[in-house]
Amino acid sequence: MDKIKSESVKKKFKLKDGQEVNNNGAVSNEIEVLNGVDLSIRNGEFLVVVGPSGCGKSVLLDIIAGLTNSTSGSVYLDGKKVEGTNIKTGYVFQQYALFPWRNALSNIEFGLEAQNVPREERTKIAKKLLSLFGLSDFWDRFPYQLSGGMQQRVAIARALATNPEVLLMDEPFAALDAQTREILQNELLRIWEGTRTTVVFVTHSIDEAVFLADRVAVMTARPGIIKQLIEIDLPRPRDGNIRSSPEFADNRHKVWNLLKGEVIKAQKDWELASVYAR
Amino acid sequence: MLGEIFGSKDEFKLRFIEIDSITKNLKKIRERSHGLWLVFAFFAVWEALPRLGIIDPIFLPTFSETIITLINLAMSGKLFVHIWASLQRSMIGFVLAVLVAVPLGFLMGWYNSFERYTDLFVQSLRNTSTFALLPIFLLFLGLGEASKIAIVFYGATWHLLINTISGVKNVDPIYIKAAKSMGISDKDLFRKIILPASTPSIVSGARLGAKTALLVVIAAEMIGAKSGLGYFVQNAQFNFMIPEMFAGILTLSILGLILNYLLVWIEKKATYWKGDIDQAILG
Repeated sequence: MDKIKSESVKKKFKLKDGQEVNNNGAVSNEIEVLNGVDLSIRNGEFLVVVGPSGCGKSVLLDIIAGLTNSTSGSVYLDGKKVEGTNIKTGYVFQQYALFPWRNALSNIEFGLEAQNVPREERTKIAKKLLSLFGLSDFWDRFPYQLSGGMQQRVAIARALATNPEVLLMDEPFAALDAQTREILQNELLRIWEGTRTTVVFVTHSIDEAVFLADRVAVMTARPGIIKQLIEIDLPRPRDGNIRSSPEFADNRHKVWNLLKGEVIKAQKDWELASVYAR
Repeated sequence: MLGEIFGSKDEFKLRFIEIDSITKNLKKIRERSHGLWLVFAFFAVWEALPRLGIIDPIFLPTFSETIITLINLAMSGKLFVHIWASLQRSMIGFVLAVLVAVPLGFLMGWYNSFERYTDLFVQSLRNTSTFALLPIFLLFLGLGEASKIAIVFYGATWHLLINTISGVKNVDPIYIKAAKSMGISDKDLFRKIILPASTPSIVSGARLGAKTALLVVIAAEMIGAKSGLGYFVQNAQFNFMIPEMFAGILTLSILGLILNYLLVWIEKKATYWKGDIDQAILG
């Protein structure tokens, strides 16, 4: 059964006064980011969205999360139209977005607080998550006292604390160094294999997409639509060794071939934009 | 497992930071003590100039004479009456300013339309010299406590107001987005996100406001008062009690210095989660 269904979702942004954009000769003060996204995400699936910069990947996540409205079209979660935020979804951001005035434990408790879960139970759940991420000794540290990798672990734990059915991840590992990134990818898969939460994961990294995904959704350059869905036929559970297998390389190649043209198109778009900006 | 190894490496890094901060603190104390030399030199020159007859001792009593006068004033309890009078006025005025400016700042920072209607008015008041308004306050509120407290309130308000507004405006939108994604209510959004996120800015506004409060009260007391350090210094000058005058000024310096370090300390305590940011110099 489909967990999430996106039906011809379009999103336009109004530009600020005085700003204009040229769409194939038509000057407009609106920018079209999503141009009818149709996408069905299966229950328990790990779906990774890749696409060139500015194609609206993050906006799509925001619409699924109910943080922003689509201009037209709708997203359905368990058959129900998404209107506003939903306790069934958790969100992980690229910038971690931990609250700096809260320590690791109370950051993780935040979502539970919003749902009025009693204190004792909150702490119990948060401590369990900390130990799942190997951070038990760091429960009382403030974000500034944690490394980037540890901060993102706390942020993922925070999103998982409310036991969401859907986990939305917006380039969560993009700000981390390559080694930490691989370690966190492994940890994420390990935890996901235990929970089988439906995950929608946005990334720029094709390696990351192929390593994590059941399916990869390749988006076109702005205004974005889903160009194609690719099944990643790598066995699970996966570990780091799979990255050097020929099957991995095949999948990688498939994704990159689909993406390449779009990236070039997007770059032209940016060049054009910078000409107009002058 | 690799993850475990990395975990312990992170831990190692943190321990290292802890030790590092201890040595840094020792270094800081040592470095701050370097500043004492110039202060001592200043006192020495002060002592020497009247003694050597370069400056007439009638106009500039020696440092030692000033200190003795200060001690006598303190022993008689006379000084503390004036200190207390000044502190009381500035504290009442300051607290009133906090009670008015912080809620107002939240409204102005959060509701753009509210700010649109009030900004010009606020900017006009803010950019009018507090001291220039002193005669008006005296005219309407008389020579009693009310006029002094009112002028302190007025002077301290602006830092608090402006910093509260900018604190609220500069809350990183990602915190709001994250909180909303976890289904937070509007009431909790203010209490759990906007309020703590803007605290550093408000507290530093409070620090500047408190300093202004002390500054303003002294000036106000010089113009119209029967007690307070401002009155004491002014009165000493009028009656040509020059050692008393210098003792009063020295008291003000010491008081200002204590207040500054106290405020910096409070600011650090209130923003403990921001890590070690050395703000002492900002004073």
